[in-house]
Amino acid sequence: MTLPSATRQAPPQPNYTRVALILLTLACGLGLLKSALPSGFVRPPEWLILPFADWINGFFKFLREDLGLLTLTRAFADALQWLLDVTANLLYGKARWPRIGPIPWTVIAISAAAIGYALKGWRLAALCGGTFVWIALMGQWKWAMETLSVIVVATPFSVGLGLALGILAWRSPRFEQVLNPVLNIAQSLPHFAYMIPVVVFIGVGPKAGAIVTIIFSVPPMIRMTLLGMKKVPPEVIESGKMSGATPWQLLRAVRLPTARTELLIGVNQVIMQCLAMVVLASFIGMPGLGQKLLQLLQALKIGLSVEIGLTIVLLAIMLDRASKAWAVRQPEHHAPGSSWVWRHRVLVIWAVLVTVAFGLAQVVPYLHIVQRSQAFSIAGPIDALMDQFIRMIAPVTAWLRWFLIVWVLVPLRDAFLWMPFTAVLTLLAAAGWAVGGVRSALICLGFFGAIAMSGWWDRAMITVYMVCISVILAALIGFPLGIWAARRAARAQRLLLLCDTAQTFPSFIYLIPVIMLFGVNDVAVVAAVVVFAAVPLVRYTIEGLRGVPSELVEAADMSGATARQVLWHVRLPMALPTIMVGLNQSVMFSLFMVIIAAFIGTQDLGQEMQRALSSSDVGKGLVLGFAVAFMGLMVDHLLMQWSAARKKALGL
Amino acid sequence: MKHNLTRLVSAAALATCAPMAWAADSTDPIIIPTHNWSSQIVMSNAVGQILESVGHSVEYVSTDSQAVYESVRLGDVSLELEVWEGAFGASFRAAVEKGGIHDVTSHNAVTREDWWYPMWSKEACPGLPDWKALNDCAALFATPETGSKGRFLGGPVDWLKHDAEKVEALGMNFQVVNAGSAAAIWAELGAAEKTKTPIVVFNWTPNFAEAVWPGEFVEFPTWEDGCDKNPAVGLYPDKVYDCGNPANGYLKIAAWDGMKDKWPGAYALLSKVSFTNPQIAEMAKLVDIDGMEPEDAAAAWLAANESIWKPWTN
Repeated sequence: MTLPSATRQAPPQPNYTRVALILLTLACGLGLLKSALPSGFVRPPEWLILPFADWINGFFKFLREDLGLLTLTRAFADALQWLLDVTANLLYGKARWPRIGPIPWTVIAISAAAIGYALKGWRLAALCGGTFVWIALMGQWKWAMETLSVIVVATPFSVGLGLALGILAWRSPRFEQVLNPVLNIAQSLPHFAYMIPVVVFIGVGPKAGAIVTIIFSVPPMIRMTLLGMKKVPPEVIESGKMSGATPWQLLRAVRLPTARTELLIGVNQVIMQCLAMVVLASFIGMPGLGQKLLQLLQALKIGLSVEIGLTIVLLAIMLDRASKAWAVRQPEHHAPGSSWVWRHRVLVIWAVLVTVAFGLAQVVPYLHIVQRSQAFSIAGPIDALMDQFIRMIAPVTAWLRWFLIVWVLVPLRDAFLWMPFTAVLTLLAAAGWAVGGVRSALICLGFFGAIAMSGWWDRAMITVYMVCISVILAALIGFPLGIWAARRAARAQRLLLLCDTAQTFPSFIYLIPVIMLFGVNDVAVVAAVVVFAAVPLVRYTIEGLRGVPSELVEAADMSGATARQVLWHVRLPMALPTIMVGLNQSVMFSLFMVIIAAFIGTQDLGQEMQRALSSSDVGKGLVLGFAVAFMGLMVDHLLMQWSAARKKALGL
Repeated sequence: MKHNLTRLVSAAALATCAPMAWAADSTDPIIIPTHNWSSQIVMSNAVGQILESVGHSVEYVSTDSQAVYESVRLGDVSLELEVWEGAFGASFRAAVEKGGIHDVTSHNAVTREDWWYPMWSKEACPGLPDWKALNDCAALFATPETGSKGRFLGGPVDWLKHDAEKVEALGMNFQVVNAGSAAAIWAELGAAEKTKTPIVVFNWTPNFAEAVWPGEFVEFPTWEDGCDKNPAVGLYPDKVYDCGNPANGYLKIAAWDGMKDKWPGAYALLSKVSFTNPQIAEMAKLVDIDGMEPEDAAAAWLAANESIWKPWTN
């Protein structure tokens, strides 16, 4: 057996490198000769810039006024509103039909614990019940229920829509061909870009929040449905056909149950995406935790916002674990002759406890709703800690701020803005050619060429510069951390949990401390983005390293390799394709976060996106959104192409 | 469930009385938008509770404070209680031009938005609030981003404050850095307070920040009409924006055009609503300093100030 380091020298395809080198030289030449270049080569000339925003606005106007789509979307929104009103009444007592709520918190906590127990036993029961007890005791019940009342409606819609579109794509390859690029773009569009059309077509309020959440969370469900349906083995279908099943029966009773695991992972993804939208959707009227969080941050109440952030994390972890437990759960088989009560013991105990809780809640209002004045709070200690921390670290951050701004960020930013756009495009073409030949080169050119034609070149370059520096810093932190953590299973487990937490913690909360530490400038933006960008790098480094087949490591050990040699020559090369997936995600996360960092104060695409949102300018918002999406898609293409080539070379 | 019952009974009682009082008003809820600063939320809740007390049903929806004018115009929300001349004048006027929204009345309050500093800045630069004294202390306000120039932390660019023009016109040794949100300004202030670093930022009144960080506005040459367009007006004969912002901007109430017909009673009440600067500041204080929930703060304020709002309901 040969070590992978032996295969590493195998040249990919020599003619790729040659053309790439020629292009690279050309790019350098364009850069060096900048002063001699005509201005049309330095920045996109007037005639190249197309009024995309006007076209999109014209198209939307046509949809709205001539096609009357507005009536349709509003009718759909009203139907959704009715459902939202029902859940809102049950969960927090909004004065709407059926007028029986709010359900006491004790009842919901007991029910959650019972579901947790039924799915996976005591530990999940404690997590599910405990989350709701925490919410109630912290006095966040009404806010959390406002949030859940939207999520409870949005999730089934998303799952249903994803299932339908996924099945459709599976049945018709042509539809799949159309759907695939749409999904790619949809998953790399920044969140704000979705919101503007929703405000125009639906308005503001919980229904708009629900719709933007549905749109945002549907793509992973479509993908997982498609994957699941394609994976159903033909033998299973045959046996279904032999039993005389009609096509509908075949779908419902054979294909879907066989694809159960993929479908449930899809459901899990939908739930996580829904929770990720909790804060952002409150910009267009989603009530609850997100709205409260923004209000509290606005008044600089960090401790209270952290409490809410913790609640969102707890909800996310709870729903994640519960839906995953559901995905792997096997049907339970009872001994023959066991009684009904024994077979349904969880249900019976739940019914008894819930009845008791309902009764007690009538007598003791505390068990029905915990008022804000009765709530616990850990805000005081958090604020004090934060205060101490900022005072203590102030000299360090002041120096770091000065150093980064004067020696790193400003020069780098000037360099990015200095480059002629033709040089950037040629450079990207060179990168594309090196990785995947003429096709990749054209794809790279297409994506960035479109950005040049949008007329937002300078701002796009600032976004690129911030993403680049953030990903580099994140890699400097993330790789060593991942390598260190991957050495022990328990440590890896703990760090992965930390990654989950950092990822679901609402990104807005990070913005305030980084401003307090670094002030309103690019250092604060980069610091906030690095937190997010490091998470996938750590995660995939750990998973890649731990996924290396143990035989390979043993073989290396036996041939007398030191730990360092094993790491550098066996484990890292083998894990590299997985780590590349992490890098890819890291770029995506950075792009999203840079846009959100407009709330700190930037001069990039994000700032314009924020303006487009506040003036409800659909065309501008979508053009900016596409510009960001194209950056993400280009990086995605390059990294995936490269990673696929590596995998082939490694024989994986 | 007990307080639910009382709520139900009172709702039923209101439901039977309501048609008598406001025969022509629709029973659909009046949608009141709330934004992300406390005085507006409390005021919205206060007006909402006044409307509820005379039998209307009211609902609140949180929205972006600039995008809300589009929603009012389309009738998705019914009214807007705080239209600031400086911050939202442009969005409001744009929406009025498109049609569907109009100016109902103005609060008996003035708004002021300008350069502002917390008191610890004055200790470092005793000549304040005069703008020339500020300019002489520019070095105290320098940061790495601005080099030797002082830094002025402005509001988001879309607030269109012309601070850079002002710096240029008055020949100040300052550079404008735009924060991305109001929260970013407060975070900087909060951090500067811990180390007592001199800082000058964009701020406005009435605002909760006055209660948290005592401070003053910088006194620029007084605003005169046309100072922003006519070079002759203002301190220098050849410059525009060579003056401070107006010290008495309006604070208006806006409503959807359809509100007058759909809820004539509520509209009549709304046209009488007017709050003053101290009242607005007190509402903000109940939330930001006393830590009350906005709806409780509104109820408390209404209970303590019946003489002010009762006449509006007649």
